[in-house]
Amino acid sequence: MTLTYNTLVVLLGCGLLGLAAGTVGCFALLRGRALVADAVGHAALPGVALGALFAAALGLETRALPPLLAGAAATGVLGVLAVQMLARTRRLREDAAIAVVLSTFYAAGVALLSFVQTVPQAAQAGLSHFILGQAAALRAADAMLAGLVALGCVAGCLALYHPLRAACFDPQFAQVQGLRLGLVDLALLGLMVVVCVSGLQAVGLVLMVALLVLPPAAARLWAARLPGMLLLSGLGGAVAGLAGAAASALWPTLPTGAAVVLAGALLLGLSMLMGPEAPAAIVRRRRATP
Amino acid sequence: MNPPDGHVSSGAGLRAAFPGTDTSPHPARPRETPPPLAIRGLFVSYGDRPALEDVTWTAAPGLSAIVGPNGAGKSTLLRAVLGLTPAQRGEVLIQGAPLSARRGRIGWLPQRAAVDWDFPASALDVVAMARTPRIRWFGPMPRAEREAARAALAEVGMADFADRQIGRLSGGQQQRVFLARTLAQDADLVLMDEPFAAVDAATEAAIVAVLRRLAAAGRSVIAVHHDLSTVADYFDHVLLLNRHVIAAGTVGEAFTAENVAATYGGRLLRFGNTAVLAEPAA
Repeated sequence: MTLTYNTLVVLLGCGLLGLAAGTVGCFALLRGRALVADAVGHAALPGVALGALFAAALGLETRALPPLLAGAAATGVLGVLAVQMLARTRRLREDAAIAVVLSTFYAAGVALLSFVQTVPQAAQAGLSHFILGQAAALRAADAMLAGLVALGCVAGCLALYHPLRAACFDPQFAQVQGLRLGLVDLALLGLMVVVCVSGLQAVGLVLMVALLVLPPAAARLWAARLPGMLLLSGLGGAVAGLAGAAASALWPTLPTGAAVVLAGALLLGLSMLMGPEAPAAIVRRRRATP
Repeated sequence: MNPPDGHVSSGAGLRAAFPGTDTSPHPARPRETPPPLAIRGLFVSYGDRPALEDVTWTAAPGLSAIVGPNGAGKSTLLRAVLGLTPAQRGEVLIQGAPLSARRGRIGWLPQRAAVDWDFPASALDVVAMARTPRIRWFGPMPRAEREAARAALAEVGMADFADRQIGRLSGGQQQRVFLARTLAQDADLVLMDEPFAAVDAATEAAIVAVLRRLAAAGRSVIAVHHDLSTVADYFDHVLLLNRHVIAAGTVGEAFTAENVAATYGGRLLRFGNTAVLAEPAA
């Protein structure tokens, strides 16, 4: 593999994306929102297809990202709103509501995609890459944009560190303290949507949730306090993103999403075996000090 | 009252936890001070099920217990005061002002906190979170706030466990950490939801010590309390509640056998010094 400028930028972009996913994912996991991230990812598919149709209708360049990502963000948010509305009826619990919304939006996306294939201009957008991710197909400008947006998400998380931590640990107590819980949750959701959407092309919408969940889950097995967990989760995400992008560059048939998730899963597996906070380590300690 | 875990407290921790407060047992109170809590005509219901009906109560400064059977709306009353449960009707004044003006300045000890015990936080982290409203949104916790949290931990005899992850503490220790968090809020009015439910002896002692020190510092505490046998020992005032107010006042005036029996809808049976409450089957 020759390290062209394009490859380097794509690697950097994927690393930053992993960093952001690991950071935002920390709070998403601690707030119990991991499945919501999955719903956002799947609900983004119809938006991508609609964005491509919209761009084709306007005669825009069909590979241009902005309409695709705007569509993804729109339907992603719509999906989350649908989950909240279904859960509020109290006829469906939140887990069931997420399952319903996730599959319905994804189905709508698949149906729209088959229609997109019949529209010549839109068919060239390469939308299938959005499902499983293909970093190798990323252009340098796209990767740079995704990386910058990802850095913005990291900054957002750090700027809201104390409110986010309070909302994650004890939401009711945080409310008693005067924290606007609804606003903090909205900010967290916004960060999750932005990370998911900026990772669509590289990691794919089906597997984006893994990049949000695997790094913090692994990091918790090494760190017993939030600052350490946040740092390790960001690092782990960056490593997984880099490794996935590199693997995809080496073997162009390998979808990046799959490579990223496998790298993240490997991190979690190793952490389970070796992390000082892992169940195995706790059992070992208990045996050592009878 | 001996502090838990055999620590001998000099009271210095209290002054550190409550800077600028008078810790003499009988602080002078200006006559104009509004009551810590005044509730007028409060109605709360969950769907069609009424939980509180026309509750009007003015809490006196000091230590007050809310007593009543299960389902009497005791927790609901506290939650409505805090704005956690919406009220259909009624007015709540905290130190003479509505909640919107007092938000973030009421101490709160929830019932056996239902938090994720695996959360990556040490005991000190949990207590320090009480100081969140005083600091900016980002950056490390300022040293003064961490010290205030540390002093509150020492108050409940948990100084030695400051760096322990909260999941690795015993149940009683966890409860004392949450008690320290309530202390670190440094509020003039503290609401506690069954602080004595299922606690070990050390924790009960810690709670009693905290109650007395708060009262001595001129703070007011309103606690939902289950154990009728200790109401008179721990509290000055009592509210007998069963969806509406049965009786309220000083323990001496209001906490009578007749009022308690009326509250529980049953009869209080006496066996010498012991009183047994015969609750009718629901």
